Amino acid sequence: MIEALQFEFMQNALVAGILVSIACGIVGTFVVINRIVFISGAIAHAAYGGIGIGYFFQFNPVLGALFFSIFSALGMGWLQRKFKERADTIIGVMWSIGMAIGIILIDLTPGYKTDLMGYLFGSILTVSKDSLGIIFVLDILIVLLAMIFYEEILAISFDETFAIIRNLPVEAIYLGLMAAVALTIVMLMQVVGLIMVIALLTIPAAISGQYVKNIKLMIIFSSFLGSIFTTIGLALSYRFNLTSGATIILVAGIAYLISLGLKPIFLKFQDNTPPPKDNLGKKN
Amino acid sequence: MAQILSEVISVRHLWAGYEGETILEDINLSVRELDFVGIIGPNGGGKTTLIKVLLGLIEPQQGAVKVFGKSVEKGRKYLGYVPQFVECDRAFPITVWDVVKMGRLGKSSPQKDNEKVTEALGQVEILNLKDKRIGELSGGQRQRVYIARALATEPKLLILDEPTASIDPQVKSNIYSLLKRLNEFMTIIIISHDIGAISSYIKTVGCLNRRFHYHQGKSINLNLLERLYQCPVDLVKFL
Repeated sequence: MIEALQFEFMQNALVAGILVSIACGIVGTFVVINRIVFISGAIAHAAYGGIGIGYFFQFNPVLGALFFSIFSALGMGWLQRKFKERADTIIGVMWSIGMAIGIILIDLTPGYKTDLMGYLFGSILTVSKDSLGIIFVLDILIVLLAMIFYEEILAISFDETFAIIRNLPVEAIYLGLMAAVALTIVMLMQVVGLIMVIALLTIPAAISGQYVKNIKLMIIFSSFLGSIFTTIGLALSYRFNLTSGATIILVAGIAYLISLGLKPIFLKFQDNTPPPKDNLGKKN
Repeated sequence: MAQILSEVISVRHLWAGYEGETILEDINLSVRELDFVGIIGPNGGGKTTLIKVLLGLIEPQQGAVKVFGKSVEKGRKYLGYVPQFVECDRAFPITVWDVVKMGRLGKSSPQKDNEKVTEALGQVEILNLKDKRIGELSGGQRQRVYIARALATEPKLLILDEPTASIDPQVKSNIYSLLKRLNEFMTIIIISHDIGAISSYIKTVGCLNRRFHYHQGKSINLNLLERLYQCPVDLVKFL
């Protein structure tokens, strides 16, 4: 199996898996704690509209997906903030409209569409040096944004009302987070495909969230888990000749189920300390 | 010369509510420095709506609101807000320290931030819990965390929304004595439907049921309560 590493496409695939896992760890953590998994899934599927636009107007579909998903992320983010609970229906509709636009535009584009399936189901083995470069730049961008705005994003995630009263630019930060979700989705698209993006975005964060005490650790642990999942998934898909994206998702999914099972045992171990009591301030 | 305590909150002819529904009608309220105001009233009477207006979370439909002589958006930085403790996601991975540190947002000086967070945690006597995850705490402890976060903002006025809802009586009185200590140097507005519990701590009482009945001094009499709740009230039950 080690001999597979001599192939350049395999090296690229490994590096791509690790790079996207870093963005995934950061953005996925904020997606999970802000409970915006649904809207992220909608952005991912709507991104297919961008692929269609790319094909139809003869430019790189990845660029199409990038702009289209940022645009739809900002639109959905704005709707979410304006209509709160009632926004889910219209976001669901936008999800389908995005995909429909993509499908129709691809229908209207003459010729054979080679790598169409790659966008839907991932094609980590065909990630080129150029794509790696783009993924690397987006990674740096997301890491920098997360470092600069960490405290602010944390504050609006934990208690938005308090953030508003402290006069934080809550709207702008929320929409910025949406744009970061869109960027991450486009990076992930190349690894596991649009259909399964949401699993790789949320599973590592969902696992870590159960075991850590703070968001920084959650980000680090999620990035680490993401790298493990993509690497193991890649190895298994090579060994058994399976679709790489789906194999990665299954590895992550199984790990998530195991972590749910292990949670009660972990809690038992922690429970050596007595439960908290309200005896503070009672001075004897 | 007697010192005249300055007005920290001024509400004039306020009408407020939500889309198409007015909840507060013609409210006038003036809170002076170092007062301890208890606002009581039935559920749906507009207590929370009034707080939202003071914090600038909803726009008044009519009327003028000044906070420390400024518009709400500018004046609210002097307000420390303690929400009802039900508004908390127990699964959120964050430590007590980090929650309280949120109170320091926008004040850039790491050295002083740490000092103030430590001080705030000390004031509410939970410094020993600083590394605990928020979900591990009991209701009373979490309430203290929120009070500490509000204190870390170095507020001049503390606003508490039902701070003792569903907390057991012993912890309740602990929180009230803490507030009494804070009141020595800080104005406090507290919202409660629990008239009995707050009556021995507050200096001024306001009764809110869409309209506002304000009482300098804290004499709550039967007549007032009946007018407020619009039904006969058994005072013995409350006081």
